Parts: sequence; C-alpha cells; structure tokens
Amino acid sequence: MTYLIPTELEAALISLTRHQTKIVAGSTDVYPAMKQGHTPKSLLDVTRIKELSDITVTAIGIRIGAAVSWSEIVKADLPAAFDGLKQAAKEVGSLQIQNAGTIAGNLCNASPAADGVPPLLTLDAQVELASAARGARILPLQDFIHGVRKTALASDEIVTAVHIPTPPEGAGAAFEKLGSRRYLVISIAMTAALIKCDARGLISEARVAVGACSPVAQRMTQLETDLIGTKPSEVEILPSHLSRLSPIDDVRGSGGYRLDIVQEQCRRAIQRAAAHG
Amino acid sequence: MDDLANKTATSFRLNGHTVTSYPETGARLSGLLREEFGARDVKIGCNAGDCGACTVLVDGDPVCACLMPAHQAKGRSVETLSGLYQTDTHAKDLAERFQDHGAAQCGICTPGMMVSAVALLRDNPEPNVEEVQDALGGVLCRCTGYRKIIDAVIGLPANMKKTDGQVGDPIRKLDGEDKVAGREAFGDDVAPAGTLEIFVIRSPSHRASFSFGDLEGFVSLASGIEAVLTADDVKGRNVFGVIPHFMDQPVFAETETRFRGEAVAAVIGTPQAIASFDPGTFPVTWTELPSVNDIVSAQSPDAPQLHEGRDLNVMCGGFVSSGDADAALGRAEVTVEGHFRSGFVEHAYIEPEAGFAQMVDGRVEVHACTQAPVMDLDSLEIILGIDRSMIRIVPTAVGGGFGSKLDISVQPYLALGSIKTGKPVRLCYSRTESMQSSTKRHPSDIKLKIGATSVGKITGFNFYGEFDTGAYASWGPTVANRVPVHASGPYEIPDYRAESKGIHTNNPPAGAFRGFGVPQSAIAQECLFDELAQKLDIDPLEFRIINALKNNVPTVCGQVFSQGVGITECLTALRPAWLQENENCATFNASNTVLKHGVGLAAGWYGCGNTSLPNPSTIKSGIRADGTVVLHQGAMDIGQGANTVITQIFATALGISVDGIELIGGDTDVTPDAGKTSASRQTYVSGNAARLSGEALRARILDNLNVAQGAVLTIGAGAIHANDVSGEHTLSLAGLSADAEGYVLRAEETYDPPTKPLDANGQGEPYAQFGYAAHLVVVEVDAALGTVKPLKFVAAHDVGQAINPLLVEGQVQGGIAQGLGMALMEEYIPGRTENLHDYLIPTIGDIPPIDTIIIEEPDGHGPYGAKGLGEHVLIPTAPAILNAITNATGVRVRQVPATPSRMRSMIIGNAT
Repeated sequence: MTYLIPTELEAALISLTRHQTKIVAGSTDVYPAMKQGHTPKSLLDVTRIKELSDITVTAIGIRIGAAVSWSEIVKADLPAAFDGLKQAAKEVGSLQIQNAGTIAGNLCNASPAADGVPPLLTLDAQVELASAARGARILPLQDFIHGVRKTALASDEIVTAVHIPTPPEGAGAAFEKLGSRRYLVISIAMTAALIKCDARGLISEARVAVGACSPVAQRMTQLETDLIGTKPSEVEILPSHLSRLSPIDDVRGSGGYRLDIVQEQCRRAIQRAAAHG
Repeated sequence: MDDLANKTATSFRLNGHTVTSYPETGARLSGLLREEFGARDVKIGCNAGDCGACTVLVDGDPVCACLMPAHQAKGRSVETLSGLYQTDTHAKDLAERFQDHGAAQCGICTPGMMVSAVALLRDNPEPNVEEVQDALGGVLCRCTGYRKIIDAVIGLPANMKKTDGQVGDPIRKLDGEDKVAGREAFGDDVAPAGTLEIFVIRSPSHRASFSFGDLEGFVSLASGIEAVLTADDVKGRNVFGVIPHFMDQPVFAETETRFRGEAVAAVIGTPQAIASFDPGTFPVTWTELPSVNDIVSAQSPDAPQLHEGRDLNVMCGGFVSSGDADAALGRAEVTVEGHFRSGFVEHAYIEPEAGFAQMVDGRVEVHACTQAPVMDLDSLEIILGIDRSMIRIVPTAVGGGFGSKLDISVQPYLALGSIKTGKPVRLCYSRTESMQSSTKRHPSDIKLKIGATSVGKITGFNFYGEFDTGAYASWGPTVANRVPVHASGPYEIPDYRAESKGIHTNNPPAGAFRGFGVPQSAIAQECLFDELAQKLDIDPLEFRIINALKNNVPTVCGQVFSQGVGITECLTALRPAWLQENENCATFNASNTVLKHGVGLAAGWYGCGNTSLPNPSTIKSGIRADGTVVLHQGAMDIGQGANTVITQIFATALGISVDGIELIGGDTDVTPDAGKTSASRQTYVSGNAARLSGEALRARILDNLNVAQGAVLTIGAGAIHANDVSGEHTLSLAGLSADAEGYVLRAEETYDPPTKPLDANGQGEPYAQFGYAAHLVVVEVDAALGTVKPLKFVAAHDVGQAINPLLVEGQVQGGIAQGLGMALMEEYIPGRTENLHDYLIPTIGDIPPIDTIIIEEPDGHGPYGAKGLGEHVLIPTAPAILNAITNATGVRVRQVPATPSRMRSMIIGNAT
C-alpha cells in the first residue's frame, strides 16, 4: 500500500521497475474506472515531476509536459494553429476535469472519444516516453495509441511529454464537437482541422482528423490531399473521404448518423480553421 | 500492513487551517474531507466527476474532490463551501444572492455551484451569462433549471422582497441559509464518522435465480465484516409497496430476482472493510434466466410471468369514457392519429438515496432522505414485524426527490442492520445502484385518434396507452388511473374514451415521477392538436382556446367546476409572445437554410392530490410560554419550498410574521402526518391544514383575550399583544399551563380534499382542484446535425394564488428543465446508462431564459385560492418543444427523446 509522489523523473522511473504500480496524474479517468474493492495497491503520482509539468519552446517546436492540465493548455500563449487543441481542451469534461486532467492522461486512457486526440493528430504530435532501462523514445501519436484502451506504453514506461513540431506559419485550426448537451458530454463525433491558405485564399496545407468514429481517431488523408488548392467556402466532402471510419451504434447515436454528420463537421471545422489562420 | 508507519503523512491547508492525515492509498480527497475532517459540505453525487457536487478549490482552482487522490492534496490549499462562507467575500455575496434569487432549491448542488462561482468571481468579478455557464458547466442541478443560479452569480436584481412573509410575498426560503452556508445535512451527512456501513448485493441480470454459499463462514472469515442480511432477517413480511393491494416488492429477493439491481443480501462492516470489499468474494451463485424487457413480448403467453394473478403481465388498467368517442370520430370532418413512444426517465436527483439508523432505548431510529416519512414508518412496521411505536423516522434534508423518494430504498436495510448488529449503521447508494434500483418514469406506448369539426371543435377522442411498469407495481396503478383522467388535456371533449394498461417486465420498477404518466400522454394529445389545427388551417393557439375547458363545463370525468378553471387565461397570456415569435421565426428562416427556428406551444392540467381517495394532511402548531411560535411542518420539503410556503400560509392565518416561527420537521415522534410530498398536494392540502391550524390557534388567542376578529397580533417574549379598536390587550403566557410538549396554546388541524369515487366509466369527482399551464418555446434546429437548441420559454401557470411568486418561478423553471431533458436527451436503458455520463440530464448550458407568467384564477378549495404546481410545470414542456421542432423543420417527432441521431434521420427522411 504505497502512494509515491516523486519530484524527479529518475526516481519515478526506478520506482516503476520495483513496484507493480498504477500511474496517476489528474485521476479523472482512473477513479471512474475503479471497481468496488479493487483499489490499486500502489499509485505513482507524476504531477510533481518538473519536466512533466510545463510547456516549453524547443528547437523543433513546442513541448507540452505530460502532466500539463487542459486548463494550462487553454491559458498558454500558443500560435493560432493550436486553437483546435485549445477548443478541444475546453470540451474535456468540465472545468473541474480540465483543471485536473492531463494531456498525457487523455492519450494513455486511449478512449475512442478522447477529445485531445484529433487536434493533436492535426498538429503531428509525437509522444515522448521514458523508462529506466531504455531511456527515452519518441513515437508519432498514431503509433502510440493502438486501439480502444490500448497504447504502446510499456509497463516500466512513463509518458513524459507531447512534442508538437512548429506548425506552418499562418495556419489556423478549429475543433468541432457534437454531443447531446452543452457541457460534460462524451462526443458523438468530433473533428479537428488545421488549415493554411495561400495568398489567393486557396488551401495550401490541410490536416483533418476525426474522432469517436473508429477505435482510434484518424487523419483523413485523402480529404487532406483533395483540399489542396480549393477554396474553404467550396469544400466538398465525399463519402469516400471518410471510408476509413468505422463508427459504431451506441446509446449516443447510430454509426450511420455519425458518418452522416462527420461530413458536416469536417466542412465546418475546415471553414472555421481557414477563417482564423 | 495498514499501520501508520506504512502510510504517508499528508498535510495540507483546509479552509485556512493546517490538517494532517494518513490516508489509505487510493483514498479520495472527498472521503477524507467528509469523514476525517467533518467537511460534510462536500457532497458526493456520483463519485465519477459527472455531477460536480463535490467541487472544492485546490490552490484556487475548482476540482472534483471525488477524483483527487487524498495524497495529492499534500502541501496545497483546499477550500470548501463552509470555509469560504466564513471568510470569502465573494462567497458571502453569493450566499445572499443565491437566497435572494431562490438559486438553491434542495441545496445538494449548491456547494458545488457556489464554490465554482467563487473561483469565477475571483478571476472575473463581472461575468456575463456565457462565462457563468462555462464556469458552472461541470455542476449538475436537477431542481432549479439553472437560470436563477446564473442570475445570482451575475448579480442581477432579484424579485425577492423582505417582508413579514404573508401569502403572496416573494420572500427568501426560510431554510435557505443552511443550504448556502454548507450546513444542510442530507441523507449521508448525519451519521457519525466511523459508523458501520452497509453494502447491498444486487442482481447482475434482468432475471436470475440464486443460491447462497456459506454466509456464516463469510462473516467469520472476512476482516471487519460484522453481519450479512438476507430475507431470513426480515422478521415481519418481506414485502413493500406504496399501494395496499399492489404491495409486491421484497426487501430481499428470496429465490429469484426480477430486475437487474434487485437486492438479495447486504453486507455490514467497518468503513475500511466495506471500502475494500470485493463483491466477487460474496458467497452467492447466480443463474441467469430468460427475461422479458419490452411490453409487447411481456404480453405474449410464452413470456415469463412476473407475478401470480397478473395474467399476461398486465398489472392493472385505467378507463374513462364519456359520450360516444367512436361515433363522434365517425362524424368528425377532420381526424388525426398517431403512435407515440417514450422511454424510461431517471429522476437523477443529485443526492443518492442515503441514511443512517441506530437503536435508541430499544427503538429503531431511521434518519434518511424521504418524501413520505409516515409511509416509511408504515412500510417498516410491516417489514420489521414490530409495533410502530418502536420505530422512529427522522427525515433528513432531501437532495431532490421528484417522486422516487416516495418509495422506500435504504430504510429497510438500515433498520434491519441496526437491529441485527445493535449498532448504528449507514448506507449511501452509489450512483449506479441508485440508478439501477430506484423507480423511473414509465416508458409509454400510446395510440391516439382525435377528430374535429370544420370550425375546430373537438369531436371524438380515442386514447389507448400501455405503460412499462417494470418488475414491481410501485406507483404503476396510479399512473394507470391518472392517465385516462388527464389524457384529454384541459379541454372540453364530450365524446371521449381513454384506456391505459400497466405491463410488467424485467425492467426496474417504474413509479412516481413528476406527473405520473401525464407528461407522456400530453405529448400525444398536444402534438396531435397541432396537427389538427394545421389540417383545419386554424392557428394552433386559437384552436386550443376554442376547445379550452371553462367553468361550468364538464371534464371528461363529468366533473363540473363552477370556478377556478384558468386554462383560457394561461393560453391567452401567451398570445403576444406567440404572435411575435412566429414573426421572428419567419424572418430568421427566410435567410437561413441550415439553422431553422420554430415556435411551439402546448398546454396541460393536473389534478392536485390523490385520485378519488382520502388524502388528509395534519398540521400541528403551538406557542411556548416564552412566546416562541412552533410549527410542526410535516410536509416534506424536497427543495420545492414547502417549509416556506406552509409557514407563509400558517403565518397569514395566525396573523403574524414568519420571522421567528420555529419549524419542526417530519420527525414521526413529534409531528403529525402531513401526507406525502406527491401529486402537487402540499401547497393545497397541507397548506389548507396549515391555514386551519393557524386560524384555530388565532381563535384560541382571541378567545383568551376576548378581542375582535380583526385584532392585530404581536407575539413577544412571554406575552401576546392584540390591538383592536378598543386598544391593546396583553395575554401573559406565563400564567397558562404548558402541556407535555411545552405548549401553552396549541392547535392541530386536518384537511382532506373533497373528492368522489370514479365509476366504471371513470365518471365522478377525482380531484377537488386542478392547476393549469401553457408553455411556449422557441427552438433552433441545426438541420445538418439534427441538434435542437431551445432558445426561449414563456410559461403561463394558473396557480390560483401564488403563495410565494419567487418559489413559483423556481418550480416552473425546474420543471421546464426536466421536461426539456425528457424531450431531447434523457432515456434510461437498463444495463447501459447506469451513470451520469451515459445518462444525460441538462446542464447549465442547455436551459434558455424562461419567462414565467403567473395567472391567479383563485380556487374555491385552495388555501387563499392557491392551487398545486409541482407537476404541472413539466407537462406542457416536451410537447411544446416537439411542436416547435415541427414548426422549424416540418418533422413530426413521435418518439422522445428527440436525440440528434433520431432528429437527423427524420430530417433526411422528410427531405426525400
């Protein structure tokens, strides 16, 4: 029965090699998933490790510490290309959840409806992991999340940061979330877009990701290709653009409905992103 | 291994004071604050971050204490409402404004709301509506409809007046200060820390047989487990229910469970033992059996029969017939018909069922949240098999009820546990077990045909509705009876036929939920009224006014009211908004293709009190020798404001101010039965008893002083002064002998509404009064996504006489929020939506501004003309929204909730 709160990453990584332990930060997914009578015997709290706790500018972009909360992301001074991430941050649960829940927690929980994943995909986010035995490694986000509740995190590893390569200068971004009520709602479907237009107002760079419509959120690569050279106001989204999605029927909506409205979400996200570049 | 040496000391600042604890690994901050540091103002509604009731500030930021490891508080500053109320200027201001606006009804969400609002105001002292919504979006409220909370946080001027609280005065709630100070004690707030806890073992399947293993061995081997309760411990009858001929639910199932979540046993242990108890270790073997979960299959001869004597799972039915509906429909120049469906709706009060019990001088005392303390006593007398004099029910504050806390829940487990162990015990349901085991609104399946003449007079109305009453009867028979009486709506319909049936399934018991089936039938009736009006090319509002019930016109039960029928006034009050909003919508729609606006309206009525059954309330009052006026207020206040309303009526009758009147609640040892908080009866029935009690006490005083009827009374220390035309007269109370309760003067009066039985055709006088309502709503439909966003409500309610207009508004706004939830998002699916993130209720961002128009068409039976209101407030809401959706899109919604998924498929279907 231990609760460890290391302040040094090294100590945290070593303790992982010694204990069967559960990593906690904001705990906003850990507690709801806990079953009666099955409280973990050991918890490793990573919220006081300095290098996990801040947002810094690096040579290649922005480094967001793993234990940075969604509220901290909302308040951070970041370029317009991060607007989609900020809009998503404001939709993660409620303010209470955003004050506690962390960026890496959202990734490690690996929910198909994780609000943080689509905007991070459009930012080409990379996940930094560390272990005592093997040191650090970096994985593209799409290689980190393997499936529903499945990630590449090894049992002796901690996610230490999310790296965002410097986004294209002048790009705008937006996040569209659809739920059955205004706040505190699990997405029926969501779309993030990062768009840059050239001097003529034509799309020159496009990244679009859709969440809650497949086991892991995905980039819509064919759509991205087809968007190049088009006017945002004339964007056309075809069913073939969404063919990689495999939405399920659940209490929040049918699979067919999700596919249907994602087209509209993509259009709105792209147009809003283009307008705010 | 659990010794302190192996635990980490956690010190932090709690409300400005340093505290130290040695929490267990994984302990939640919420539990630590409540149980170790007595901060019971931190409320736990869901333990999952879904409700925000446990919001505290950690280093100034609002977080859910239920999701924070206790250890994580180390070195931080934690602030809770009770601390903020003492020291924080924003909290003090908010406390005043929450009371002025009536922003706290039951008060269970108030700590979460106020703490969140303090954090907002520290950053932004002058927030706008959207900023308030963003800041408070994580805290759910089920009572208020949120608008008064927004008004209070912004600091809008309030309609409250500081007066002596006579009938008609919009005074603050008399019990409001405890709610905003964090002092209110709800069901889980009264047990001493360390009390033994109860964990209920429940059926994992819709239907299962089961057998126990070695229960004695389990108790003797498990550390900290004191006892197990099963049906064998029930010394009386293992049955409960709210309607005598339909009592059918066991406290513990004996051989077979009939719904998922049904109790079979309970484990009693120390808090540590219960916290670490793994239900998988309990010696029970389950065998899942075939179940039936829909009303069509349930009526098949092959379906499992749930109860003996209820063939084809038909529990009972209701019937009202007047004139000749079929013949009239044959004559009708225009007819419309439709098939309407709705699902289970969960009450979703933020306070789960909770309580505490102890043995005192050989008697069992149960402290729990309830809407009906004396019914709890009746049930426990049967279950415990002991004389009722050996049982005491002490209601705690109730964190929302809406009908479901009329039925017993934790009470038998608490009483049996306390009797078996001889020790105090406590039990608070988890959100999931609350949702699994408590009653729900009945799912409905309704077929209705209505005819009209070419000039728009209704001719012929034929209604047939089946209701899923679940595994046990609960209030199902009441729903079956009420629906045919009310399905006409507040209209004159001479040729009428309405039949209802309650059908058993292996679903959770459906029971009482604000409106007893009438909100469901109103959807069918009010939507078809719009269709009729459209077919006839008559304005929908004028069509309703043409057919509105009037004084001296018989209802569908043949009851004739010579006074008090206020529906026409409600409808005409909406006319200005109706005309304006229709114009606004047309303008908006002319220039928008994806977003569409629509305006809709609907009306409703509701009979106050039991249907054709005795329904008395008794109110006792007294004056002590020191001049304290005491009101035994047994009408349970579940947030709606009975403590205030009943006191205002009593004070008016007695002729004094409400200030200084001491309220004693529904403790069954000292307060007579004021009946259940149900059927919109407390203002009317208990209000009349309070009026009679006040008048009787006044008469006694005037007799003693021999002064004129109109004398002005002042009750001071040890004396009563009366001023009349002949001057001041003084009654010294010291000279009067006090009774056993210390009263030198007392009065106890009973009121029972005059009703008459219904005959085989439902003809008679079911209620002494009805209340009336009409709602108008403007919605915005996003046709591309299928989302519906209400933009504005105007609600006209005939309350006869508003005893307290502030509380009337609170009821209206809260009812509309529940009606909106039913219309657009709420559907409980057993086994799938057993928490507050899969089952969605409206948040602060979902409720638009609500303009309440109070109509006062006095009722001859009501106290000072007052009518009931609690249930009327949500009856017109859902059909008004559905009618507005049709107005916006052309789509006719026949099934609620109209989720985005359902809406979008109908919009696509409509377009092709």
